[in-house]
Amino acid sequence: MSDCGCSLLVLGQEEDRDYTMDDYAGATPRWCPGCGDHGILTSVQRLLEEEQLAPERTVFVSGIGCSSRFPHYLKTYGFHGLHGRALPVATGVKLHRPDLHVFAVMGDGDCCSIGAGHWIHATRYNMDMVVLLLDNEIYGLTKNQTSPTTPQGHPSNTQPRGSWLPPLNPISTTLGVTNASFVAQTSDWVPAHLYATLQAAYRHRGFSFVRILQRCPQYSTAMFDSYLRDPSKTELLVHERGVDVPEIAGIYPNRRRHDPSDLNAARGLADDTGLARLGVFYRNENNPRYEETRHLPPHSADERLALLAAEFDRHAI
Amino acid sequence: MDAQVGASTLDAPSETPPRILRLAEHTLEIVCDPGEGAQKCGQIFGQASARMGNGVWTVEIIPAEIQPPARTPAGVSGIRIRIGQGPITNWGDEAHLVVAFNEQVLLGRHELDAFAEDAIILVENSWATDSDERIRAQWAEAMAQLTTRRYRIIEVPMEAECLEVVDAPRRGKNMFVLGMLSWIYQRDLALVRELVAQSFRKKSAEVTEMNHALLDLGYRWADANLDFRFEVPGTPPAKPMLVTNGNQAIALGAIAAGMDLCAMYPITPATSVSHYLGEIFERFGGLVHQAEDEIAAAGVAIGASFAGKVAFTVTSGPGLALKTEFLGLAVMTEVPLVVVDVQRGGPSTGLPTKVEQSDLLAALFAQTGDAPRVVIAPATIEECFNAMITARRIAETFRCVVMVLTDANLATGVQPWWRPELDRRWLADPVDQSPVPEGARPYEWDPATGLSRRFIPGQPGGMYTLTGLAHDERSRVAYTPDVHERGCEMRSRKLAVLQSALKPPPLHGDAEGDLLVVGWGSTKGAIEEAVDRARAEGLRVSSTHLTFLSPLHPGLVELFSRYRKVMTVEINYSDPPDAQYITSENRRRGQLAWLLRATTLVDVDCWTRVPGQPLRPAGIHAAIRDALSQGRSG
Repeated sequence: MSDCGCSLLVLGQEEDRDYTMDDYAGATPRWCPGCGDHGILTSVQRLLEEEQLAPERTVFVSGIGCSSRFPHYLKTYGFHGLHGRALPVATGVKLHRPDLHVFAVMGDGDCCSIGAGHWIHATRYNMDMVVLLLDNEIYGLTKNQTSPTTPQGHPSNTQPRGSWLPPLNPISTTLGVTNASFVAQTSDWVPAHLYATLQAAYRHRGFSFVRILQRCPQYSTAMFDSYLRDPSKTELLVHERGVDVPEIAGIYPNRRRHDPSDLNAARGLADDTGLARLGVFYRNENNPRYEETRHLPPHSADERLALLAAEFDRHAI
Repeated sequence: MDAQVGASTLDAPSETPPRILRLAEHTLEIVCDPGEGAQKCGQIFGQASARMGNGVWTVEIIPAEIQPPARTPAGVSGIRIRIGQGPITNWGDEAHLVVAFNEQVLLGRHELDAFAEDAIILVENSWATDSDERIRAQWAEAMAQLTTRRYRIIEVPMEAECLEVVDAPRRGKNMFVLGMLSWIYQRDLALVRELVAQSFRKKSAEVTEMNHALLDLGYRWADANLDFRFEVPGTPPAKPMLVTNGNQAIALGAIAAGMDLCAMYPITPATSVSHYLGEIFERFGGLVHQAEDEIAAAGVAIGASFAGKVAFTVTSGPGLALKTEFLGLAVMTEVPLVVVDVQRGGPSTGLPTKVEQSDLLAALFAQTGDAPRVVIAPATIEECFNAMITARRIAETFRCVVMVLTDANLATGVQPWWRPELDRRWLADPVDQSPVPEGARPYEWDPATGLSRRFIPGQPGGMYTLTGLAHDERSRVAYTPDVHERGCEMRSRKLAVLQSALKPPPLHGDAEGDLLVVGWGSTKGAIEEAVDRARAEGLRVSSTHLTFLSPLHPGLVELFSRYRKVMTVEINYSDPPDAQYITSENRRRGQLAWLLRATTLVDVDCWTRVPGQPLRPAGIHAAIRDALSQGRSG
């Protein structure tokens, strides 16, 4: 038996069956009514079904926060770990088991604050995984504290006279990292766009970073209200290599054709935050993927022992 | 030959053949500015000695900075080599022979009392006539200070001699010194030449030739100018042996344990594990992942372990501090993990290149909540290898975190050890991808043992979400009192079960007596040597050495009861018992003493030091005498 040819073993066992939405349903979500996470969960379940991902070969890794309850509500393997540390764990899973489908789910505190260092480096590793930033621009689970993406001036329990600083821009930040390969933005309240973006992210081979603007009914609904009430404040970035959702064209009149291979244009659009831009900012399939760069052929136990004996010879007296 | 041998103090060479002193053991040091190659020279000398059947222990002397100012006592770099007729288990007491590339580094070691009263010192003497007046003055001052001792100082014109072969003698001196030492200790020159060639195998043939020429030059110079030689007979080993340092042994052990992933972040003195693995691991299908930080290194190892074979991470004190939160997660979620902590001086950044044993309590307890972990401490380089195999197996069987505590002494110490007979049972099994039986739960704890079967992604039917929150057998988040009580109990129970499979620690000396010395980790050789000296004087002292620190070996209470007094010897801080303000109540004791007192209720004393160096047998010997005389007077 091969020592570490686990992917081959799995292939042999894979059943030829149709997975339904039910096959991906875990515990009943306990997010607040009206929380944007519900819709995101449904979109993700649809994606899993559409792509027919075997639940046992799919791993959702999360950090800590409202959004990080995500894996519990799915019936795949899940890893609900530490605040800010979803990406190192996801990196370990993918590095050791490139045969698994890996998703990381984080909130804005998780990804952009306590885990910001990992975010930069995981982007650079560019491992083939889908990374969802559920950005409600506030700390929800700990009850209303300012996050790095909270709009300037927005009051919270920690900054009651309004957030002191301009918010960190997760799209610009990711686009600034060497080897970034897929950067997109969507929102929980445009389900068709959300789904299309998730699918594009899944189908991209590399680190697919999706920032999802997500309403928190308790603490941050107001921040997103104007986008819901006034569609002219949203701009869809459309392209055949990005996403284009014709059925929402009637609702959102602002459509900009943006070629996601144009990094400079992507950066310009990301920096200009006057409009909520939904779509794929950047996509490049040619960037190296760390798990492939580091891929090694498996060894049998006998091979390993023979090699070890040879290594001992080098130190022998 | 116009060498100024013996110019400063002593005997001129005579025409008579050199005196040959036959010795049971000898300790030498080679000291220089960093980058001058004393360590390479010493390592080859040590290897040659091991091959000739001597017991050998080498320890590197490392300044904390890469390039400290040249010619300063604090910047001393080098190596100590102790060789003997029989096995050598520690770095010994004082050096009997010293080779110094300048008088300032010599002074540095002199000030640390590293040399025997009658040590022979061979020192580069070009500084005496240096064009820089300040250097000449420094030389004169240093020599005045050194001659207050009974050292025999022999000036050696190393640079001047090396000019015969090379233009820039600073870079070739170490091979000249190796030649000198080979003559003095009657090493097999052909063997030394072979080892030199091996060490330069990646360089061009000319480089090897030049180094051979320097080696021969040193050998001939010593033959023509020195009046003494040493003979430390060796017995070629009956079985094949390996010569490595402790960090290499850790790396080899990880491979022998079948592990495939080492996630790390650079930190002294642990990094050389990953240097060596970086060189060889891929051949075995293994990866070294250099993470963006210590935290991520732990996270990557945990992610990999969760999804497959047990992974490991290597670090040192400050890195361990950063990994703490992740280690708690691994305990809580029962993800198997091996963590190697190559201890250095602390707290904080402390003494990056120096030895200390002060992470013991951190290894056990540096954690919020109750987070039981297994802690083992290899005492020798061979045990570093074995510890990784044991650690991997325990981590897997008990679904737990296993900490392997080594230290800077083991990390850089080089010693011959028996070549292991490889055993495929050491290797991790292939990753289980078989379907999980219906109804099986991810934490189906056996109520008696706390053990449960681990589900691995890829196993059909095993899907669950691991969580660092309190959870029940199905890994469902639950905050009810009974669920948390039960989880804590099951995770703790595993340690008791592991302990039930352990043996009492082996005893060195008689089964009863006046004093039992208890040690752990790299101090074993020095402790046992000190105990042997004390026993030879008729003192009723024995020692034991603990490999398992968590859980502790069984039988300690009964063992301790057979001695009038029990005392730990450790390289960590304890308050001196007789200092002002210190009472037996407020005295902060050594870390093992602390642990043993808490678990055995025996009044365990301690003798600890934090010199940033390995303990010397003589120091421990004196402590044993003190402990016994106190016992009598009290």
